[in-house]
Amino acid sequence: MYSYTGAILRIDLTERKSWVTHVDESYLKTYVGGVALATRLLYETAKPGADPLGPENALCFAASAFGGTIVPVGTKHGVASKSPLTGFIGDSLASSYFSLALKRAGYDGIAITGQAQGLTYLFIDDDTVEFRDATHLRGLECFATEEAIRRELGDENVRVASIGPGGENRVRYACIGNDRGRQAGRTGNGATMGAKNLKAIALRGTHAIRVADLEGLKARSLPLIKAAQGAATEKYRILGTPSNVLVMNRIGVLPTRNFQQTTFEYAEEVSGEVMHQQFTQKAVGCSGCVIACEQIAAVHNGPYAGACVSVDYESLYALGPNLGISYFPAIIRLAELCDRNGLDTMSTGVSIGWAMEAYERGILNASECDGLDLHFGNHEAAVALVPKIARREGLGNLLAEGVKRASAQLGRGSDQFAMHIKGLEMPGYDPRSLKTFAMSLAVGTRGGCHNRSLAYEADVKGEVNRFTAEKGRGKIASEKEDLAAVYDDLVLCKFLRGCFKDFFAEASELYTLVTGIPMSPAELKQLGERTVNLKKAFNIREGWTRADDDLPYRLTHEPIPDGPAKGHYITPEELRLEIDDYYEARGWTANGLIPRQKLRELGMDDIAEDIGVDGPEA
Amino acid sequence: MTHRHIVCDPDKCIGCQLCEYICSATKEGEFDTLRSRIRNVRIEPTVMLSVSCRNCEDAPCVVACPRDALSQRPDIGTIRVDADRCNGCGWCVSACEFGAILLNPRTKKVAMCDLCADNTEPQCVIYCPKEALSLATPEEVAQKSRRQVVARLLQELL
Repeated sequence: MYSYTGAILRIDLTERKSWVTHVDESYLKTYVGGVALATRLLYETAKPGADPLGPENALCFAASAFGGTIVPVGTKHGVASKSPLTGFIGDSLASSYFSLALKRAGYDGIAITGQAQGLTYLFIDDDTVEFRDATHLRGLECFATEEAIRRELGDENVRVASIGPGGENRVRYACIGNDRGRQAGRTGNGATMGAKNLKAIALRGTHAIRVADLEGLKARSLPLIKAAQGAATEKYRILGTPSNVLVMNRIGVLPTRNFQQTTFEYAEEVSGEVMHQQFTQKAVGCSGCVIACEQIAAVHNGPYAGACVSVDYESLYALGPNLGISYFPAIIRLAELCDRNGLDTMSTGVSIGWAMEAYERGILNASECDGLDLHFGNHEAAVALVPKIARREGLGNLLAEGVKRASAQLGRGSDQFAMHIKGLEMPGYDPRSLKTFAMSLAVGTRGGCHNRSLAYEADVKGEVNRFTAEKGRGKIASEKEDLAAVYDDLVLCKFLRGCFKDFFAEASELYTLVTGIPMSPAELKQLGERTVNLKKAFNIREGWTRADDDLPYRLTHEPIPDGPAKGHYITPEELRLEIDDYYEARGWTANGLIPRQKLRELGMDDIAEDIGVDGPEA
Repeated sequence: MTHRHIVCDPDKCIGCQLCEYICSATKEGEFDTLRSRIRNVRIEPTVMLSVSCRNCEDAPCVVACPRDALSQRPDIGTIRVDADRCNGCGWCVSACEFGAILLNPRTKKVAMCDLCADNTEPQCVIYCPKEALSLATPEEVAQKSRRQVVARLLQELL
């Protein structure tokens, strides 16, 4: 085998046992790597109906076929567990040195089950696995945990993925951090890890990565590396994703004050341009990245002097405009606090935004807010809240549950402005005037996420009328979702997507050059469809019904009050029409279930037996 | 006469390790950053620089080798390793102030950058996505630095 090893490392934390199982080439061609492989391992390993925070949930990692090679921006890894936020598939991606070490340790995947007795970390040193005591690391932030473990093991080639106080305290949107600032960020995989009493995974990988056709790969990769320095990636290279702030503000989709508005009157003060001019120290890259989108921002004076962290658009939206905060140093400080504590910046921002709205409406009173003045724009209160969430103190304990549970617990009508989908807090694009995207969010298997579907492209780029809902959007959304899935499986960074002339032809060729496994463009395309169906199958097994494909009340009932998208919202009827259209485009039943025949067509016969229904032949 | 070596501009370097990927692929036929002759050093969050053999005049590594395994090419200054003589003792590694010598974990012998002697341009320079790597003599590096510092001073004056 080239690039792959076929080895899956299995770890049972309860029994403190590890062993290796093997998968063959056809299995690897079917699930490829990244999100699909991690999800497949999860499907096989987690007990159906498992409590996400119990020992029967599995935490699975999968390497990238392209990882560690010169295929640009391919050194990434996928993570999957049953999400503590949604109860459905919790898949996330991270990148850089840890991804490389995972691959070089000689595994295509790792599946972890059980629950350690005391706080533990794993040291995976190529073929040996050590269960090490981590009680002395309790309470340590992510960055410090990495350093402490490296020092303890005495080798700077050791790479660490860890949880911070957030994961230890099972904050439902805790993330897993690696390489000081990379995160498997969304859906709460850090909480799954914390519930397993697993503080960190340290890896030392010394195996080389062999590819099937090195000369061919070099010849194909070089033009891509060069193309990635051109116009197609300029946005990411120069200002990074924060360049979105003014764009989204201009078209009226910038979520502001917990989605009460879609333009921010202080957008100019929190723009990517301002960040670039006043705060960005340097744009840096992950291992294997040739773009370098990561803008390291630093604060030099004022109350937040010393804060230094990478800030991307999603963190910026959630912790800035979404909280009514226009003081840029506070946003940098907030993002840093989230990274250090091991919290997803997006879910943290949306949770605090929900609390601020509840406070302003008088639904939460001052005594319930630990004396904090939670008016929108009060950055000091937001900064005080983040560590409280990580430690589950006071109001932080409520917000640590995520807005779906927090609003159910609080009641008083606060669920009407709880901005989540399936329990996962929303990304930074108000979909009330992006009606293809709105539906793709509602049907998305992991909930409120922009990364698993590229449907917003159709709306923003004017491929469709973004203000209307109509038949035909289902096909667009499903194709964009399949495309995103292929990137997530290979794994390739989506920021490279403007650099291909014919993506499926070029990417399938790269795959064959690396692995030696024949893959046609059509087969690669089908991988995307298979991945979406696999994730959906997991959700169905865990109790999904059509009612779960929905949007927050605000988006389907409250017209946007002002700005360029004023008056728009997506009615429940429009949403229903688009969802019907989407299920039809997918070849699913009217209730959104998957016909057995469809799963068989996609090469997942065992899953067809588990959850497939007798339905229309696809 | 001074020799050229691979120079890394730390302002342009993004820490991607592509130089390590391509070096190991070129020299070892497989991707193995631990066997690369150029190594990227990253001190978070923003310091990054790749280091390889500087082809020093009167190279201290050659002097340090107790077995006369190292010799310097007079024309381009790269260091040759006589694999039969090298026993991986590491004296040259200690003698190199730049940490630019690789003690190959597989062969247990040392190796250093030979500027891809058979090629016209080293592979790491070709593949560096940000053009952070270039071939230059110390004097050329100094010239460039002088120009940059003067340009910066001028800009501040204007």
